[in-house]
Amino acid sequence: MLNFCNIYLYAVHKLQGCDKVMDLATAPNKTAVKKIKKKGFLYQLRTQWPLFLMLLPGVLILIVNNYIPMFGIVIAFKRYRFHGDFFTSLIKSDWVGFKNFEFFIKTPYAWQMTRNTLLYNAVFIILGLIIPVAFAIMLTELRNKRLSKVYQSVVFLPYFLSWIVVSYLAYSLLSIENGLINTSILKPLGVAPVEWYSEPKYWPFILVFFQLWKYTGYNIVVYLAAITGIDPEYYEAAEIDGATKLQQIWHITLPLLKTLMIILTLLAVGRIFNADFGLFYNVPRNSGSLQPATQVIDTYVYSALRNTNDIGMASAAGTYQAVVGCITVFTANLIVRRIDKESALF
Amino acid sequence: MLKLARKRRQNEIGFGANTAINILFLAICVMCIAPVLLVLSISLSDEASIRANGYQFIPSAFSGEAYRYLLTAGDAIWRAYGVSILVTVVGTLLSLMVITLYAYPLSRSSFKYRYHFSFFAFFTMIFGGGLVPWYIVYTQLIPIKNTLWIMIVPYLMNTWYMMIMRTFYKTTVPESIIESARIDGAGEFRTFFVIVLPLCKAGLATVGLFCTLAYWNDFYLPMVFVNNSKNYNIQYLMYQTLIAVQNLLNASNAISNASQILANLPSESVRMAIAVISIGPIVLAYPFFQKYFVKGLTIGAVKG
Repeated sequence: MLNFCNIYLYAVHKLQGCDKVMDLATAPNKTAVKKIKKKGFLYQLRTQWPLFLMLLPGVLILIVNNYIPMFGIVIAFKRYRFHGDFFTSLIKSDWVGFKNFEFFIKTPYAWQMTRNTLLYNAVFIILGLIIPVAFAIMLTELRNKRLSKVYQSVVFLPYFLSWIVVSYLAYSLLSIENGLINTSILKPLGVAPVEWYSEPKYWPFILVFFQLWKYTGYNIVVYLAAITGIDPEYYEAAEIDGATKLQQIWHITLPLLKTLMIILTLLAVGRIFNADFGLFYNVPRNSGSLQPATQVIDTYVYSALRNTNDIGMASAAGTYQAVVGCITVFTANLIVRRIDKESALF
Repeated sequence: MLKLARKRRQNEIGFGANTAINILFLAICVMCIAPVLLVLSISLSDEASIRANGYQFIPSAFSGEAYRYLLTAGDAIWRAYGVSILVTVVGTLLSLMVITLYAYPLSRSSFKYRYHFSFFAFFTMIFGGGLVPWYIVYTQLIPIKNTLWIMIVPYLMNTWYMMIMRTFYKTTVPESIIESARIDGAGEFRTFFVIVLPLCKAGLATVGLFCTLAYWNDFYLPMVFVNNSKNYNIQYLMYQTLIAVQNLLNASNAISNASQILANLPSESVRMAIAVISIGPIVLAYPFFQKYFVKGLTIGAVKG
């Protein structure tokens, strides 16, 4: 459950001219390469052992936390039984082929959760592009720079609150008996109280609202950083030529933000099968009657594993998500490479 | 010309547009802060007034009963608060160590395998095994489920923060300094701890705050791995509390006559009071958070 926003960090990091992670072809300089090439891994290990030792803790954690679970993907093709330790359980459990997947696809939830995950993410991607860019441009254009800083600080605040706290805020607004909306807004208007936590039809809007509420400030900061990096001489020259503010925004700011916007969007598209667990599980308080509108792949896998303890179903859904997600990342990257080779991930 | 509209400086937006943007942002700021203020005022409301009027920004009767209750009877809450503090402090320190150590060799151009190890970390971002194998690893292979370690270990290594740290090294520590330290006879570890790290204090602060926020706000690890109520952190306890105040009483072992207390429990305001104390440290540290997060996001923009 990695934070969605880390993607933005990475994109900013890439844009600012840091080298490619996977570009194995790039090397410092040719003579150095020739010298090193003759010496193998063991030689490097002997001469540079302190550097290898520094890598060791991270390598161990990555192996335990990420690489062993990758091989654990075979669990989806087995009827997993606990036989003592991990490896014996893995080997002793019977192969069932694609049985788990068959069961999973036959449930009505498979389609529902895929649709929800994709649609919500599509909306988040579109609004998460337009709104922060527009707001960031407005903030930079404000006359009073100090006020602009104050706005930025306030809008950034929700990012620092956990999803649990956000679910409390949502509850204080939506609670059926005491919520602010039912008691202080609908009641004086003479409207009957709404049972927010049992009517799915409102939830697409509520979920989109809270997602934007939490992340817009963060995205504004990302785009603001890119805008402040633009050379002011462009604007000065444009003004001398008689360009209006809107023309300056349209012909200078937006074209210079284009690369960042494309990378961020495609990275988000690459993760379109991964939903934000905190948002979809906590804000609706895991209410069963809301499921048609709030069930996403991540919440389903969690419930299947922890609430109904159905390892077969949970691992089938999880593997489906991992594989399809991996394919979308590669496709998105392929498209980025076509558009702009420099901004591709790998 | 109107005196009121101050003379436009060169290349500024007009008075009307400026006012419109100001009004828009005032509205957005109210939207961002209002829910937090609402929770704060519910926590300070009198229980009877909540029952009569629902949640309100300005309650008809104020009461500090919720906080008094937390101070006297909130054993489970303070325990969870302590767990959160402990996990956040230990987790941040260990995580900083793992991340800074891993990033350093990757920033050195004389280290031949730096791209291989970058890829080793980066690949975990593209592909993962999913929740189930991950869960089984921590329950069977390394059985730290239900201990405090489970809330620390999985987040120790973070590829994104590691890459930020690597960029910090590259932009703030010139290779020539490392070279001269080597010529003066300093070993790699000595160079790293005595020369490189002190130059990267801003980087340490940035990544440290990222880690702190991740640990403090985490509810996912306890939700997946912790069944023992003694090891709940404050976020997970809040999750349980929102579902049922009853759980809170069950978790609190010190209380024997639970039903009687349940009757007098200022439940609505207590829930919100817990939320307020869980936000407390973040709001206090907010100026630091904001400064270094913005720095972390813009890192590299400064000439290096």
